[in-house]
Amino acid sequence: MLKTKDLQYSYDSSNALRFPDINCDKGAHWLLIGQSGCGKTTLLHLLGGLLTPNSGSVTIANTNLNALGSSKLDQFRGKNIGIIFQKSHFVKALTVGENLGLAQQLAGEKIDKARTQALLDRLNLGHKFNSKPSSLSQGEQQRVAIARALINKPAVILADEPTSALDDTNTDEVIKLLEEAAAEVNATLLVVTHDNRLKERFKNQIQL
Amino acid sequence: MNLLQLSWKNLINKPLNMTLSLVLFALGVGLISLLLVLNKQLQDNFDKNLAGIDLIIGAKGSPLQMILCSMYHIDNPTGNVSIKEIKPFLNPKHPLIEKAVPMSMGDSHKGYRIVGTNHDLLEFYNAKVGEGSAWSKTMEVTIGAVVANELNMKIGDTFKSSHGLVRDDNLVHDDSEDLKVVGVLQPTGSVIDQLILTNTQSIWAVHEGHAHDMENDSLAHNHSDAPKSLLEEDETKEITSVLIKFKGHNYQALNMGRSINENTDMQAATPAIELNRLHSQMDIGTKALNMLAWIIVFVSGLSVFISLFSSLKDRKYELALMRVMGATPEKLFILILLEGLMLAVLGYIIGMAMGHIGMEILAGHMRDTYRYSFSGKEFLTEEFYVLIGALGVGLLAAIIPAFQARNTDISETLSKG
Repeated sequence: MLKTKDLQYSYDSSNALRFPDINCDKGAHWLLIGQSGCGKTTLLHLLGGLLTPNSGSVTIANTNLNALGSSKLDQFRGKNIGIIFQKSHFVKALTVGENLGLAQQLAGEKIDKARTQALLDRLNLGHKFNSKPSSLSQGEQQRVAIARALINKPAVILADEPTSALDDTNTDEVIKLLEEAAAEVNATLLVVTHDNRLKERFKNQIQL
Repeated sequence: MNLLQLSWKNLINKPLNMTLSLVLFALGVGLISLLLVLNKQLQDNFDKNLAGIDLIIGAKGSPLQMILCSMYHIDNPTGNVSIKEIKPFLNPKHPLIEKAVPMSMGDSHKGYRIVGTNHDLLEFYNAKVGEGSAWSKTMEVTIGAVVANELNMKIGDTFKSSHGLVRDDNLVHDDSEDLKVVGVLQPTGSVIDQLILTNTQSIWAVHEGHAHDMENDSLAHNHSDAPKSLLEEDETKEITSVLIKFKGHNYQALNMGRSINENTDMQAATPAIELNRLHSQMDIGTKALNMLAWIIVFVSGLSVFISLFSSLKDRKYELALMRVMGATPEKLFILILLEGLMLAVLGYIIGMAMGHIGMEILAGHMRDTYRYSFSGKEFLTEEFYVLIGALGVGLLAAIIPAFQARNTDISETLSKG
């Protein structure tokens, strides 16, 4: 489902980041673990098509991201890749429901309010459909971010440091949530983190 | 939701910013609109009343004042001229003059001016009698359409005139005879509508204290005969001015004015020349106001720009996020552009409303003071061009922020926060 080959990226002429090849099956859950500064976020951005590598390729669902033109890449990403960033961001002027609707629309899907409501219900956020994201607690915001990553039933879910700021109990809950959510749509889940507590939870791991 | 709806929601999410931009925009547009409409209607009012009058002869004083008084019925007369002085010009056989209309001003009724003149005045303004007839005997008046409407006067009404041109109930000529309405003119859209017309002799009659009790007077001195021609009246009697139309515009006609000014105690003024002078004076004022208005529009454009530009700082993550969700850079470009344009359009609409309502209020004042009609209900083609200008300003204000949004670097932005 997700393959990388000889991925390389450098921010400036001296430092070149070389990443190990990755090969993930459909529906598999992977942990990409490494210390701060080893380029985890860069790797995540490369995997999500947010950055173009200097060399090497990223292939998702048999599509080479490099081969896609700019707008095709945007659409591919909207439809197939759900990204959960370290810090939750939303369109401030819109409600939770409208944010999710926008995610559907930008991916070229129709706005499906029922599906949005159902998804929010699953994440215990049903009652926040008409609230502005700024009025939610941090935990609630993270769950909305997860909902947004899932709304279009992506092939790949990428999560950037989802547990770094959480205590053990909440860490457990969030990982469980991610695993269940990914399983529901049979998406490939990749969690990129430096959090060693997660080492026990993932069968598939890559050390960066 | 489409881009338009999203733009709108983004705008109202910053209500104070939006209000400021809108208020400034509306102010600028409103001022421009008001000036355009006012200018046009002033011009119209002036033009409508030119009436083909070539020259005005009256007492020495300010030529502009004489014209404003005798032609536009604003301002006070410069004085009087005697029949003796004016006689040559009233001569129907004068080689250069086609029409010479005597005017006597100075009295009014409830703020509307009474003018002593002859029926030739009606021809100048293409005025026709609507009901009743034009005045013939002394003390008979025919009133203009606006007078009839505003004062609720009809044929058969009688009244006493007041001295002076400003409404003052203390100055009614209580001891003089009544004036009687015998006709109402059709509306002409010119100054005639707001006048009360009678013959010269009526004005004299009122001022000579020519009050007599009809029952007691055994001298059978009645006004049932048509009055004499002015040429046959006592030479010491006075009128205010004469409106002249030449037979042709030849050298002699054009020189007549100068020779009157140099060789007599009267003054002659050419409306076209004096009005041009007035126009150039007013022009300076209007130009200054116009410049002020465009400065306001520019500042409002600046406000829109600052508003959008600073909002981009706040919104950089959500713009990057939209790209992650599948939005193309062009979509972000159009989004910001739409925000700017929407402010411009909304500001324009509010501005137009303000401008025209302002004009209506101004029109009310003008009507009370000058009796001329203005209206906020007139819309001009030029105001459509102002819309184009407003859209242009909106576009200019939004274009740099729009490019910035379009060039959002997803990875760099999202790595930072």
